[in-house]
Amino acid sequence: MSTQPFRLPRGGRIDRARPHRFIFNGRAYSGYAGDTLAAALLANGIHLVGRSFKYHRPRGIVTAGVEEPNALVQLGVGARSEPNLRATQCELYDGLIATSQNCWPSLRFDLGAINDRLARFLPAGFYYKTFMWPPSAWMQYEHAIRRMAGLGTAPEERDSDRYDKRLVHCDVLVVGAGPAGLAAALAAGRTGARVILADEQVEFGGSLLSGSAEIDGRPALDWVARATAELDWMAEAKLLRRATVFGYYDHNYLAIVERVADHLANPGEREPRQRLWKVRARQVVLATGAIERPLIFRDNDRPGIMLAGAARAYAHRYAAVPGRRTVVFTNNDSAYAAALDLIEAGGPVTTLIDIRAEPQGELADAVRAHGVEVIGGSAIVATSGRHRVKGVEVMRLTPDGTGVAGPVKYRDCDVVCMSGGWTPAVHLFSQSRGTLAYDSTHGCFVPSRAAQATHVAGICNGAWTLAECLRQGFTAGTAAARAAGFVEVAAAAAPPAPEPTATPPRILWAVPSDRAGTTSKHFVDFQNDVTVADIQLAAREGYRSVEHVKRYTTSGMGTDQGKLGNIPALGVLSDVLAADLPSLGTTTFRPPYTPVSFGALTGRDIDALADPIRVTPMHDWHVANGAIFEDVGQWKRPHFYPRAGETMRAAVDREVTAARTAVGILDASTLGKIDIQGPDAVTLLNRIYTNGWTTLEAARCRYGLMLKDDGMVIDDGVTTRLAPDHFHMTTTTGNAARVLGWLEEWVQTEWPDLRVYMASVTEQWAVATLSGPRARDVLAAAGTDLDLAPTAFPSQSMRQGAVAGMPARVFRVSFTGELSYEVNVPARCGGALWEALIAAGAPFGITPYGTEAMHVLRAEKGFIIVGQETDGTVTPLDLGLDRLVSKTKDFIGKRALLRPDTQRSDRKQLVGLLTEDPNEVLPEGAQIVVERRPEPPMPMIGHVTSSYFSPTLGRSIALALIVGGRARHGETLCVPLLGKTVKVEVAESCFYDRDGARANG
Amino acid sequence: MKSYSIFSLLRNALSYHQNWQAAWRSPEPKPAYDVIIVGGGGHGLATAYYLAKEHGITNVAVLEKGWLGGGNTGRNTTIVRSNYLWDESARLYEHSLKLWEGLSQDLNFNVMFSQRGVLNLAHNLHDLRELQRRVSAIRLNGIDSEILNVEQVKEMVPILNCSPDSRYPVLGASLQRRGGVARHDAVAWGFARAADARGIDIIQNCEVTGIRRDGDRVLGVETTRGFMAAPKVACVTAGHSSVLAAMAGLRLPIESHPLQALVSEPIKPILHTVVMSAAVHVYVSQSDKGELVLGAGIDAYTSYAQRGSLSVIEEIMASTVTLFPIFSRLKMMRSWGGIVDVCPDASPIIGKTPIRGLYFNCGWGTGGFKATPGSGHVFAHTIARDEPHPLNAPYALDRFANGSLIDEHGAAAVAH
Ligand SMILES: Cc1cc2nc3c(=O)[nH]c(=O)nc-3n(C[C@H](O)[C@H](O)[C@H](O)COP(=O)(O)OP(=O)(O)OC[C@H]3O[C@@H](n4cnc5c(N)ncnc54)[C@H](O)[C@@H]3O)c2cc1C
Repeated sequence: MSTQPFRLPRGGRIDRARPHRFIFNGRAYSGYAGDTLAAALLANGIHLVGRSFKYHRPRGIVTAGVEEPNALVQLGVGARSEPNLRATQCELYDGLIATSQNCWPSLRFDLGAINDRLARFLPAGFYYKTFMWPPSAWMQYEHAIRRMAGLGTAPEERDSDRYDKRLVHCDVLVVGAGPAGLAAALAAGRTGARVILADEQVEFGGSLLSGSAEIDGRPALDWVARATAELDWMAEAKLLRRATVFGYYDHNYLAIVERVADHLANPGEREPRQRLWKVRARQVVLATGAIERPLIFRDNDRPGIMLAGAARAYAHRYAAVPGRRTVVFTNNDSAYAAALDLIEAGGPVTTLIDIRAEPQGELADAVRAHGVEVIGGSAIVATSGRHRVKGVEVMRLTPDGTGVAGPVKYRDCDVVCMSGGWTPAVHLFSQSRGTLAYDSTHGCFVPSRAAQATHVAGICNGAWTLAECLRQGFTAGTAAARAAGFVEVAAAAAPPAPEPTATPPRILWAVPSDRAGTTSKHFVDFQNDVTVADIQLAAREGYRSVEHVKRYTTSGMGTDQGKLGNIPALGVLSDVLAADLPSLGTTTFRPPYTPVSFGALTGRDIDALADPIRVTPMHDWHVANGAIFEDVGQWKRPHFYPRAGETMRAAVDREVTAARTAVGILDASTLGKIDIQGPDAVTLLNRIYTNGWTTLEAARCRYGLMLKDDGMVIDDGVTTRLAPDHFHMTTTTGNAARVLGWLEEWVQTEWPDLRVYMASVTEQWAVATLSGPRARDVLAAAGTDLDLAPTAFPSQSMRQGAVAGMPARVFRVSFTGELSYEVNVPARCGGALWEALIAAGAPFGITPYGTEAMHVLRAEKGFIIVGQETDGTVTPLDLGLDRLVSKTKDFIGKRALLRPDTQRSDRKQLVGLLTEDPNEVLPEGAQIVVERRPEPPMPMIGHVTSSYFSPTLGRSIALALIVGGRARHGETLCVPLLGKTVKVEVAESCFYDRDGARANG
Repeated sequence: MKSYSIFSLLRNALSYHQNWQAAWRSPEPKPAYDVIIVGGGGHGLATAYYLAKEHGITNVAVLEKGWLGGGNTGRNTTIVRSNYLWDESARLYEHSLKLWEGLSQDLNFNVMFSQRGVLNLAHNLHDLRELQRRVSAIRLNGIDSEILNVEQVKEMVPILNCSPDSRYPVLGASLQRRGGVARHDAVAWGFARAADARGIDIIQNCEVTGIRRDGDRVLGVETTRGFMAAPKVACVTAGHSSVLAAMAGLRLPIESHPLQALVSEPIKPILHTVVMSAAVHVYVSQSDKGELVLGAGIDAYTSYAQRGSLSVIEEIMASTVTLFPIFSRLKMMRSWGGIVDVCPDASPIIGKTPIRGLYFNCGWGTGGFKATPGSGHVFAHTIARDEPHPLNAPYALDRFANGSLIDEHGAAAVAH
C-alpha cells in the first residue's frame, strides 16, 4: 500500500487515528476517516479518475462537492454496487472499493479515446445528420452507439438494503447549514418554532468548513460548533446531516433524502440505507449556498485543473494538497483567498493569472508577498499534459476580452486552480416557481420573487460577504418563524465578521485562445463534452432557445445537471447571439437537485408491500386444501381446488358438476360491499342504477347495472334493502373501491343535497355461498333458526338469523343458476362458518369450487361478468338486458343511451357461440369474422368474451359480442386462429335452464 | 435546404463546421397566410410539412408560443407502436408507423426511430385474456403482434422479475417488434427543417391570444406579435386545446392533466426493448445515452402547470423496482411533467369544427407522440380539402354528440 505523499502533516477535519484502506481500480491505498474518496485520492497524488462521456478524455477531480461532473466512480460490488457516484461526495470507509467508469480496457489506456481524435467529425448533433443510409442500418448503428454510451453499470443483483420514508410537518424548514442557514435555524429555533435544519454534508458549517474565515474574532468553526450545540439543545429542532433536499413541490412540500448508512463499511441490520423525508413546512428558508464556476478556456478539462474553491477545501478540510506547483486562473477575488489558503496549508502557488487588468488591493498584495507571480489582464490560452496537466500558456487579453495578443508565456504546473465566479444555488428556489433576476456584476441569477412561503438567505440570495450572509440568515429565520406564528424572545443579532473590500469580477464567458477556428476545445459541460464551439454551432444552425441549445448539444444533461456549466453556457450563447443574457432566460430547474436512488423513492413499497395482498378469512383453509389461487384485483381467490393428480380441467369439471348435481361452496367474501344509509338512499340508487328501486321492499334483493355517463356498463351487482333507509350494495371484486368513489363523487360534487351516507363493508363480512340442489339441506344441517321453506324464504330475498350459531345475513340470490344462499357473517366468524358448512355438507357431497367453476356455471346461464363481457363500450341493450333499463325515471347514462350510435341495431350484441366440434374450446379474446380471408386484413365482427368446456352440457360453450348478433341466431361464423379456422354457430347466450326453474325452486 | 449526410458532415468538418445552414429561418410574420397552424409541437410541424409536401400549400405559418417541441413533443417517453385494439385506431396508428419507418430519409434528419420492440406485460388472467383479444384483432388487421410466454419474456428481458412469487407475476406478454422509440426533439426539428425548406414560416415566441371570426367563419388569429389573417386556422396545441377552443367560443370534451416522466442516470445498456405494464403504470425503455426513461400515470387533478406531484413518482418507482429489482440502486436524475389533453374515450379529435375554416387536432392524451407523422398527414389532408381523410373521419368532434366513441381505455375493463 502506498503512503499518502500529498497529505499535509497536520490540520484538516480528518481523523488521523482512524486510517482507512480502500481500493481504487484494483490498487490499494489508504486515507483517513473524514476523507471523501476524492480527498483520499488526491492525498495519494491521483488526479486521473475517469473518462468523459463522448470523447473519453482523461478527467480528474474538478470540485469538492455535489457539482462534480468528472470524478464519477462505480462503488462497491455485487448487490451493493452502485454506478455514477461522485467521488467528491463518497465518504471514505474501510474497505471501500471504487472503479473508474466508461473506459476500456483501462482508465489510462482507453480505446474509446479514439473519439477525441475524431472529434472534428463528431460536432454537436452530428447523429441527426448521418446514420441515415442505408435506411435499414440504423438498428446496427444504434447498437454500436449504445455500447459506447452510458457511464457506470447497473448492479446485477437485487438490492440487499432497505429504505425508509417519513412524512413530517414543521414550522420552519431551513435548507443548508452554512453560516446563513445556521443563523436562520438559530433565529427561528429560539422562538420555539419547530425547526428542521437539513444539510447534505457530513457536518454543519457549509463553506466555513473549507476556508479560514473568522466570526467574532475567532475561527468561524468555533461559531459553527456553538450554533450546532445550541440547536442540539432545542427540543423542537431536528437536525439532519447527510440529507439533501432535492425537491421543492407545491404547497411547501419538500423532499429530502438522508443517507443513513452509505458511509458505513458494515451497515447495521436495522438501519435503512437511506431515508426519504417528506416535509410539509409552514415556512421555508433556503440557504443553499453557491457553486463556483469554471473558466471556459482551451483544454480546461485536463486532470489537475480544478476549481480554486475545491483546492482550498482539499487543503483545508482534508489536509490534502492537490499539487506541488499550482497556477491559479481567475476573474474574481475568491481565488486569491483560495491561493493564500493553499500557500498557508503548504501547497505552493507559483503564478496567478487574473483576467482583470490590474490586480490590486489587499488580496493581490498578500499574494504577491508570498512570492506569487501575478499576471493581470491575461488568460490561459492552452494547457498541456495527457493524464495530468503539465503546463499552461498565457497571453494578454485584448481590451475587449474577445482576443489575445502578445508573446506566449509558458508556466509549468501540476495543478491549475480556476475560478469563474460564483453561481447562487437557486435550484430549489426555482423549483418552487420563484422568479429569478440577473445580477450582471456577478454574472448570475439571484432569487427575485418567491412563489410560496419561502425566504432566501446567504450567498444563494446574493449575499457576497460572510457578514451579510449571517445578517440575512438571522433576518430570514426570524421572519420565517414570525410568519409561522412565533415571535422572537430577544432580537437575535448577527455576530460580526470581517468584510474585505471587494473588486468586482470581470465576466468573460468564453476565454479566447490564439488558435480560434481550429478544433480547439473549450469545455462548457465537462461530463458530456460540450464545448464553446458546440454552442456556437447550435446557434448557427438555428437552435437558439436555451432549451434547444441544451437539447442539441446535451449541455447540462449529465448527472451533474449542469451545476457548473449552465450559466457559462448561457453566457456563451448570449455572446454568440449578441443578446442580453437575462433575455435568454434559464432552462427549467426540475427535481431532483441531485440524483436520488430509486430505492429511496420506493421505500418499503416493493414486492408484497407494493400493493397490499388481500386474503379472506377463509384463506388458510383454501391453502390447506390445495387451492390454486388467482389474482383478482388485490385479492387472492381460489381458482380451483385440484385433488391429487387432477388436471385443472378435471378439477373444474368436478366442481361444476357438484354444484349442478349436489352442492358447491364458494368463498365470495371478496365481493365489494357498500353499506348505504339515509333518507335519500333510494333516490341515490335510482339515479345510479338503470333500474328502479323505489318499489323494492325491505328484505328483498335486486340485481342492478351501473352506467358511466357515456351509457356504458361499468358495474353490476345485487343490492338489498335492509330497511327503508338502509341498503346493502354489492359490487364486482375488482371494482369495489371504484364504485364507492363513483358514488361519493356524485354525492359530493353533484348532489350534495342528498341525505345519504356510504361506507365500504367489504372486509366486515365474510361470505360463503352455497349453491346446488342440496344447498338448503346443507344450511339446515348446519343449524339455523331461519325458516328455509321456499315460501318463507323465497328467491331474491334476505333473512337475518343464526347459521351454525353465528349471526348471519343470508341472501337467496344465485349467480350459478342453482338454488343458492349467500351466507354473510361477521368477518371474524368467516373461518368457523366455512368449516361448519363444509362439515354439515359432507353427507351431501359438498364441494368447494373456485372462480373458474364459478365462471363456467354462470356462463352456462349466460350471466355476464363486468370486464369480460363488457369493456367500457357495451350498453345494457347490447347485453340484452333491456328489461333492466327503466323507461320512466332518469339515471346516469340514460341520455347517452338515446344517442344515435347507441341506438344502432347493428351494434355488437351479446350472444352464445357453439363450436362445430363440441370439444373445441375457443380461446377467449379470439376475433370473429364472417369468412376467413387468405390474408389479413379481414373485417372482424366481434370477439369471444368467455369460453369454457361445459361439463353440464358435455360440450364447449362461449359467449361473444358480435355485430348485430341477436339477428344472427343460427348463422355460422368463423374464428380464425393461428393455423386453423374454427366454425361456430350463433346461439342464445343462456345455455342452461332458460326459465330459471332451478334457482327459484 | 442543404442535405445532411456523412459527406456533408465530412465536408463541413474541413471548414470547422462554420458553414452549416440554419435548420430553419426565423422569418418576420406576414400579415396574412393561407393556413395558420397554432402550436409548434410535432403534430403542428408535421401538419405544416405534409400541407406543403402533399398538397402544395406553402403560404403557411406555424405559430409557437415558446420554442419548437417545447410541449409534450419534447417531454414524452417516445414510445411508438400501432398495436391498438379498435380498427379505427389500428389503421391510424399503423399509417403513422409506416411513415415512421421512412421518416429519417423523408425528412433527411435522423429521428433515430429504433424498432427495438414493445412488450406489454400481463400479470393476471384478466390481463392475459385482454392481451389475447388485442393480439388477435391486431393480427387480423394485418399488423405485427405476437404473444410471448413467460420463458420468452424472460429471454428477451432477463432483468425482469418473472418469478411466480412476484407481487406482479408475469404471465405473458404481447410483443410488437416493429414498435420502439424515437428521438423526440429530432422529430420536431426534422419536421421544422423540412417544412421550412418548403417555404413554410416557423415563428417561435409567438403566442396566439385570440381567434378572430366573423359569425361562423374564421378570419385569423390575434397573437403577441399582432393579428395574422388566414381563412384556415388549425389548432394543434395539445394540453392547451381547451384554451384555444374557448378563444373561438367552443367547448371541447377534454380534460388537461399533468403527466410525468423521469430518467435515471446513464448506465451501460441493460434494457434492449420497451417494456410496458398498463396494470401497474410502468413504461420503461433505455435511451441511446443510457438513461432509463420511465413514464408515469397521469396526476389525477386537472392543471395547466407543467409539473406533477411526488406521490406519482413514488408510485411508479415502487412498481418499477418490483418489476426490475436491480434498478433499486440506480438514481433518478431528472423528472418533469407535461400537460396532456385527455378525451373521455382516450382517442383524439381530428377534424373540422362548427366554425368554418377552424380545425382542431387534439385529445392525444398520453399517447400521441407515436401518431406524429400520421396525425400530421391526415390533418393536412383535412385542412387542404376541407374534409377529413378516411383515416381520421371517425375521429370527428361530433362523435361525442352521436355516441360513436372509439374507446381505447378498454375503459372500466377490470377483472370480475
Ligand atoms: C410525460 C409524457 C409521456 C408521454 N409518453 C408518450 C409515449 O411514450 N408515446 C406516445 O405516443 N405519446 C406519449 N405522450 C403523449 C405525446 O407526447 C403527445 O400526445 C404528443 O407529443 C402531442 O404532440 P403535439 O404536437 O400535439 O403537442 P405539443 O408537443 O404539446 O405541442 C403543442 C404546442 O402548442 C403550443 N401552444 C399552446 N398554446 C399555444 C398558443 N396559444 N399559441 C401558440 N402556441 C401554443 C405549445 O407551446 C406546444 O409547443 C407523452 C406525454 C407526456 C407528457
